[in-house]
Amino acid sequence: MTQLYDLFIGPFAEFDFMRRALVGIFVLSVAAAPIGVFLMLRRMSLTGDAMAHAILPGAAIGYLVAGFSLSAMTLGGLVAGFAVALAAGAVARVTVMKEDASLAAFYLISLALGVTIVSLRGSAIDLFHVLFGNVLALDDDVLVLLAGVTTLTLLLLAALYRPLVMECVDPGFLRSVSRSGGWVHLTFLALVVLNLVAGFHALGTLLAVGMMMLPAAAARFWTADITRLILLASGFGMASGYAGLVVSYAAGSNLPAGPAIILAAGTLYLGSLLIGSQGGLARRLLPRPHLQR
Amino acid sequence: MKRVFEPVPAIRLDDLTLGYDRHPAVHHLCGEIAQGSLTAIVGPNGAGKSTLLKGIAGALTPLDGGLTLAKGKRLAYLPQSADLDRSFPIHVYDLVAMGLWGSAGIFGRIGFGAKAKIEQAIAAVGLTGFERRPISNLSGGQMQRVLFARLLLQDADIILLDEPFTAIDARTTSDLLALVQRWHGESRTVVAVLHDIETVRRAFPQTLLLARETVAWGATAEVLTPANLLKARQMVEAFDSHAAPCERDAA
Repeated sequence: MTQLYDLFIGPFAEFDFMRRALVGIFVLSVAAAPIGVFLMLRRMSLTGDAMAHAILPGAAIGYLVAGFSLSAMTLGGLVAGFAVALAAGAVARVTVMKEDASLAAFYLISLALGVTIVSLRGSAIDLFHVLFGNVLALDDDVLVLLAGVTTLTLLLLAALYRPLVMECVDPGFLRSVSRSGGWVHLTFLALVVLNLVAGFHALGTLLAVGMMMLPAAAARFWTADITRLILLASGFGMASGYAGLVVSYAAGSNLPAGPAIILAAGTLYLGSLLIGSQGGLARRLLPRPHLQR
Repeated sequence: MKRVFEPVPAIRLDDLTLGYDRHPAVHHLCGEIAQGSLTAIVGPNGAGKSTLLKGIAGALTPLDGGLTLAKGKRLAYLPQSADLDRSFPIHVYDLVAMGLWGSAGIFGRIGFGAKAKIEQAIAAVGLTGFERRPISNLSGGQMQRVLFARLLLQDADIILLDEPFTAIDARTTSDLLALVQRWHGESRTVVAVLHDIETVRRAFPQTLLLARETVAWGATAEVLTPANLLKARQMVEAFDSHAAPCERDAA
């Protein structure tokens, strides 16, 4: 009994930093998972990844100017992310190039700039921190930022829910009844950037995408209803956050918390892929007799 | 003195040219579609039928000429369904409910009062019992019924249908055609692109025969003559990437 307590509850009861990490991951999951669901349904799963790279030079410039300053790095990340999203969107609208290709072009430029800027002054360790974050060092400011971003995200998603869904299912219909398609798309991209910037303080730019996409992809194997999809994805995000922290604590210094959380989410995804009730592999490979009607 | 009632046309085309990247798909269309009329647009592939509907729906900016819609009229447009993501996890009920966009908008409430309306629309297309089905489970004909239910809720004065009965079985076609007749009975203006000449002869009083320009436009029986149909087939020219500017514009 005590062993179970020591494993599952003890670390959080005992250590402040573990409690903060858990709260941070929970808050992040609530907003990032629905964003991930929409990215997945809009066939933009890789956009999150591209945007995560795109915010790097902004964060790096913020770091160059002000060191490890939360506000400077956040602001830099937001500016870089918005710039790349807007530039890619504008190029797609004005020229023959599609949005995925122009986004790829801009994020690659942005990433190369970011790595250059970091290596101008910092060392590999600094780059490591920017890329992989440190979920066990969340201070009050970061937690407040995470909570603020999540609140804003949920409010905006609730307000934009209808056109956002319609733009995924039937963009032609949305265009015929409303002119909102363009700015809804931009607001959504802004929310993606916002959540990635919030996520990179906790998990780093690379792993922030994982918290967005993995729970959403895993949830898709369990339900074909968008409301349940969003709730389930948030739940999966929280579960992997908790599991990752527990495993990482139990493994001592061998397993850093950030990757442990993403590996937990990855395990959830692989498990869902195997046994999920909506098109999981097991259901496909083990044929059952077909129904009467 | 008897007052002469001159109805404003629902749609007016003034030397309208529509196309892509300076190449016209249809050009120099002139004419009117009267309010409450039921018009079929007929023509060979590549005649510019879909382009014309897109232009009327406002999804395409005219290259030249003018297009006027009667003021204050609500328009609904059903494109060829390729645009719709059938894998999206949404129910029949929710998709049909989006037909209320005109009254609800982005933020407006779709409350319990609307529930009866939505259920009526679903019943009118014969899909009662399918409300909670995900759209990915529907057959092609059922999907088209869903889209017609959404059109019903849109309550539009001008309804544009692009090949609504293509790849649809006879029974579904006749059910949906009955809805078109009902709209016609309610004095809504309906314009439909169709391929089946028999359906047009049977159900559509007005026809526009199109082959990148007007071949004939008027009462169906006068338009769909063998001579006109032959002419339309010959008039669809090949796309020429080095085409010179249209000379008729010089006038």
